Amino acid sequence: MDLSERIALQARTKAQIRAFFDARNVIEVTVPSVMPAPVTDPYIEVPRAIGPDGAHLGYLQSSPEYAMKRLLAQGSGDIFTLTPAWRIDEVGPRHRTEFTLLEYYRVGFTGAQLRDEVSQLMQALLNCPGATQISYRDAFIRELGWCPFEATDAVVFETLRQQLNYAGEISRTGALQWLCASCVEPQLGHQAPCFLTHYPAEQAALARHLEHQGQACADRFELFYRGVELGNGYWELTDPDEQRARFEADLAQRALEGSPQVPIDEALLASLAELPECSGIALGLDRIWMLAAEADELSQVSLF
Amino acid sequence: MANYSTNEFKQGLKVLLEGDPCSIVENEFVKPGKGQAFNRVKLKNLMTGRVWERTFKSGESLEGADVMDTDMEYLYNDGEFWHFMATDGSFEQHAADAKAVGDTVKWLKEQESYVVTLFNGAPIAITPPNHIDLLVAQTDPGLKGDTAQGGSKPATMASGAVVQVPLFIEEGETLKIDTRTGKYISRA
Repeated sequence: MDLSERIALQARTKAQIRAFFDARNVIEVTVPSVMPAPVTDPYIEVPRAIGPDGAHLGYLQSSPEYAMKRLLAQGSGDIFTLTPAWRIDEVGPRHRTEFTLLEYYRVGFTGAQLRDEVSQLMQALLNCPGATQISYRDAFIRELGWCPFEATDAVVFETLRQQLNYAGEISRTGALQWLCASCVEPQLGHQAPCFLTHYPAEQAALARHLEHQGQACADRFELFYRGVELGNGYWELTDPDEQRARFEADLAQRALEGSPQVPIDEALLASLAELPECSGIALGLDRIWMLAAEADELSQVSLF
Repeated sequence: MANYSTNEFKQGLKVLLEGDPCSIVENEFVKPGKGQAFNRVKLKNLMTGRVWERTFKSGESLEGADVMDTDMEYLYNDGEFWHFMATDGSFEQHAADAKAVGDTVKWLKEQESYVVTLFNGAPIAITPPNHIDLLVAQTDPGLKGDTAQGGSKPATMASGAVVQVPLFIEEGETLKIDTRTGKYISRA
């Protein structure tokens, strides 16, 4: 694609997104890029904004999630944003330090309702069939032959050794994440977009817990198309105490790994008690452009 | 040597793994939706030629390997070692053992230039030029009109390699051979 085609593709997609949400009364918002607190996730680092005198001004955001939830808690109603986002140390054919997120929230929606709507959005943007879905448990059984909730540690670590030739130190959750990324995800969404649902409870992040197929799960889902991860969504956790406990567990894990300590977003926690029941998803717009252009790498569709 | 982190792993970078020098062939960065990123890396063990597939946590590092590719001219074989001399004007000489020479032994010709791979200053691999001119030492006379074997016959070159050549080739001729495929290209 030459530059003018890339510009046209990006502009067309944004116009389609705005029309899609306009028809559903979801309002566009702009949120700050620099905030006093970053994500606590121990494996996501973001750049910091530094003034000319070296003063720390805040953290560039890896997602507009915290800011948008504060708006939702103040009664904004259904909102979406198209915004730049940053992650350090993530560079590759499908990763860039700065990328573009489409993030949106639907008040009163369950995870299942949101997945239905995201499926319609994908059909509008990518001219693809409606999305299918498979649970984390069933996807592991299909690709690796064992249940991620019930398999013994010996089975999990032996599979990791066979599939990835890795015998170093890693937690069970870490091993499941690596096997998911290398053996399960690449097989997802080759005919139609596919939601991977019902992650183990310890991989919940900001999703609420629920029971599914007799297991403690998180109502967290990721979207894949042609083996590429496009988004991550939650039926949102609205319990400030539970959220604080998860943030503190993240900080403990950071300490364990020697990663930088970061402040907890107290403004977010203070607002969570007022957060309405809602579901939300973040979608990687650069990857949507990549798939719309039937390209394999972001560099084939990016402007810079 | 310096240490290299996974995000510095580029094709051709030489690193030490389990004591052996390796060349990075491929480095794929994988970031799970949640959780620690990792790199799936293919490395060619320069001692054995075998390709290893390993996984590293992103940010892990490996020690660099002191590996250098140097153009050298083949001099002679003393019965145990094959001797090479640098063509950069230093006249530096190195003796390669049978393990380092490997299959390249059948392409060795005096005064021809080869790439000698040095690890900690000692040869570990010899790479022949892609195309090399060699003398036919032995081949049976070609029979006119005999196309039953696809119009070719085996010929033993002065270096020891056996190459399929067209029927009209005779002993004493010099031929251009592709060392990567072992195939006849043309008369030199």
